[in-house]
Amino acid sequence: MKAAAFAYLRARNIGEVFAALAEHGSDARVLAGGQSLIAALNLRLSEPRLLVDITGLSELRGIVVTPAGLRIGALTRHVEILRSAEVARHAPLLAQAVPHVAHAAIRNRGTIGGSLALSDPAAEYPAVALACGAVMHLHGPDGRRDVPAEAFFRGLYETALGETELLEAVTFPPPPADARHAFDELSRRHGDYALVGIALRAGLRDGLVRNLRAAFVNGGLRPVLATSAAAAAEGLPPAEAAEAAAAALDRDLDPPGDHHASAAMRLHLARVLTRRAIHSIGSAA
Amino acid sequence: MSETILRLTVNGEAVEATAPARTHLIDFLRERLELTGSHAGCEHGVCGACTVRVNGDAVRGCLVLAAACEGAEVWTIEGLTATGEVAALQEAFRERNALQCGFCTPGMIVAAAELLRDVKSPTREEIRDHMSGNYCRCTGYHAIVDAIETASRA
Ligand SMILES: Cc1cc2nc3c(=O)[nH]c(=O)nc-3n(C[C@H](O)[C@H](O)[C@H](O)COP(=O)(O)OP(=O)(O)OC[C@H]3O[C@@H](n4cnc5c(N)ncnc54)[C@H](O)[C@@H]3O)c2cc1C
Ligand code: FES
Ligand code: FES
Repeated sequence: MKAAAFAYLRARNIGEVFAALAEHGSDARVLAGGQSLIAALNLRLSEPRLLVDITGLSELRGIVVTPAGLRIGALTRHVEILRSAEVARHAPLLAQAVPHVAHAAIRNRGTIGGSLALSDPAAEYPAVALACGAVMHLHGPDGRRDVPAEAFFRGLYETALGETELLEAVTFPPPPADARHAFDELSRRHGDYALVGIALRAGLRDGLVRNLRAAFVNGGLRPVLATSAAAAAEGLPPAEAAEAAAAALDRDLDPPGDHHASAAMRLHLARVLTRRAIHSIGSAA
Repeated sequence: MSETILRLTVNGEAVEATAPARTHLIDFLRERLELTGSHAGCEHGVCGACTVRVNGDAVRGCLVLAAACEGAEVWTIEGLTATGEVAALQEAFRERNALQCGFCTPGMIVAAAELLRDVKSPTREEIRDHMSGNYCRCTGYHAIVDAIETASRA
């Protein structure tokens, strides 16, 4: 199908973006990599009057190590995250997740900012951001503010972003020294959106699981931090922690049911992934 | 309707044309420039028939607005054929029966060319992984993997 007609503005600076968004309100949409937005327009799921292309704004680019952690500009493409030595070193959970995001040609254009701003429950980055305690940097006409991942993802395709705000960057704080990471997901075909996925980080001290943080892809209508599972696993050896966390998951998750998988099947798969992830951090050197 | 004037390079030649803002790159290439080698299948990013090269990257032409290609360098199957860059892949696709109707083939070739640029001798697993976003409704994927493997060893 073809998109309905709209006007197109290639923003030369952030002021132009704010002005266009203020003037057109919900009739305007920000365009980053277009890998979700253009697909939605072609399907006529959405019919904005104006697209504001932000890909020319250099302040939204770049990956830098800061005292607060690894700061990744919103326009950083999936392929750049995949190839970044800084991401591999400083945000290992993100590095593990990115090969699961879409297919090569989509990774060449899609951006981390677009994925976080879209807040699709089936996307990998929101769950990773939550498991890592990442911080979103928002920029609007009234200035900048930081929003932690816990408060950023509000619901299905819903975030803390105001109508005239941009996501400028995201910071992944340095993981604890003893942290181990596991990302895994199940999908029907490689590169498809996951049925269920897990982003997990935990410490292992004297052979016992500590401070587990696990967030799920498709565990609910927004990424969910599994706090009951984490409490159940605390202080146990990995094999027991895996069973305890998996058993507690029904208190944390409320997965959607659709033609790909029922809610019960997703909960079952989330338990399978939880066991695998905890076993993998238990056996990793 | 809002028309944009565009200046870009397509297959090494400077092009100036107008297009409505909503036109995606494949419709622009096919209808304005009559380069019909790039195909539009699903038009929502799923099938890969529209894969073309923009600024050195294989991308979904149906998910790129022509208007966003101001100043870009675009290569399609026509240009890549003319320069001979994909000759070994094309020969291998023919030899290994990796196409039937040919609808998916230009996209397959552009995607495969990127893999062969980045990875010298990819494993079959790497080929499958890289090509996972390109659908073929005729041939089955085995012959396509064979062809890309053959071309990579050429
Ligand atoms: C076939 C297919 C398979 C896919 N599979 C996956 C997958 O497995 N996992 C996955 O995570 N994704 C997948 N995607 C989506 C892909 O990762 C997108 O790239 C990503 O979701 C959006 O990034 P984008 O830069 O393309 O954003 P766009 O499509 O340009 O924008 C998406 C939304 O975010 C808003 N937005 C973008 N940037 C900003 C910003 N800086 N500030 C505020 N708002 C902003 C836009 O207004 C829009 O509403 C798939 C896409 C396709 C077509
Ligand atoms: S036509 Fe672009 S992916 Fe199908
Ligand atoms: S040869 Fe017909 S779709 Fe691939």
